[in-house]
Amino acid sequence: MDPIHQFEIKKLFVLGHIGGVEIAFTNSALFMFAAVAIIIGGMVLVTAGAGNVPGRSQSLVEMIYDFVADMLRQGAGEEGMRFFPLVFALFSFILVLNLFGLIPGFFTVTSHLVITATLALIVFFTVIGYGIAKHGFRFFKIFVPSGIPIFILPLVTLIEIISFLSRPLSHSMRLFANMLAGHITLKVFASFIGMLATGLGVFGFLVGILPLTMTVALTALEFLVAFLQAYVFALLTSIYLNDALHPGH
Amino acid sequence: MARRASDSRPAEGVDDPALAARLGRLTRELDALTPAPPQVSEKNPGPKGDAAGLAKGLRMSSELVAGVIVGGVIGWGVDWLTGYRPWGLMIFMLLGFVGGTLNVLRSAGLVAPAKIPDEK
Repeated sequence: MDPIHQFEIKKLFVLGHIGGVEIAFTNSALFMFAAVAIIIGGMVLVTAGAGNVPGRSQSLVEMIYDFVADMLRQGAGEEGMRFFPLVFALFSFILVLNLFGLIPGFFTVTSHLVITATLALIVFFTVIGYGIAKHGFRFFKIFVPSGIPIFILPLVTLIEIISFLSRPLSHSMRLFANMLAGHITLKVFASFIGMLATGLGVFGFLVGILPLTMTVALTALEFLVAFLQAYVFALLTSIYLNDALHPGH
Repeated sequence: MARRASDSRPAEGVDDPALAARLGRLTRELDALTPAPPQVSEKNPGPKGDAAGLAKGLRMSSELVAGVIVGGVIGWGVDWLTGYRPWGLMIFMLLGFVGGTLNVLRSAGLVAPAKIPDEK
């Protein structure tokens, strides 16, 4: 009945030790492998039998491709397409993991901050690395706006740096918090049904219809959130990449 | 000469004026029968606009909090390094609040994003 219990990491087997730290294969790792297997397997299977007239599964894959490509072109321009593999991988990985979480009994990998923070930091360091590689140390001038009086320039620069550093935090927290909160709400409402039925008998069964309706509605909402969070994550990735590609615009 | 019926420029390449007139009339009649695509506007942004609008709203919710947290962590670090407790935390948390507000305004498109100034 504990609504947090579903997020527990369980060790499936221990792989070994590195410097006294145990490296174990967990249920989280299992679901990540499963997601990658489904994405790659699905893409390979569908594109192997691709025809000029797409079938049902081919249409779906092409739709996802077009969706991500359109978003990236709008966010980062035509040059941004060189980052398409990164953005597409992030989008499909997060989407599949979010949807996995909605299957009863499955583990929600994206409800762990360590996973979402790692993904956000990949984007963060890609932006910094590519920005420096392309523009040299001139890239750091994005922190120093032009046309500011010299005596408040240090303050504004400090604010710009804080604003830049807060990006990976908000990027990762948004996905993590939405998935965590959604799953806890779902669990709490669902547990009300059992509580009412055992506590109030026949009358409890009748009142239990209310939380049941709520649970059904929330499940539908969670499907929307699962897609939307993957979309927001990929959209922000392309907006941040735009900074590295065209910081002068 | 095989032409598709949906081709809306029958006049070119059709020698017979009567045929051209008939094709022109057909085009007009087909246009009248085809329902006009829904107008995409600010009020009715279409299905893609809905997702984009929701995404925009969801973005803003966490931008402010992230700024404050980053400011607080930097301030705590400064205090830990210099020992001027609690001045670092106070100043940097306020700066973080300003940074978070800047993030919110940027994600709403009210402030221009940071850019490299042009070389003179």
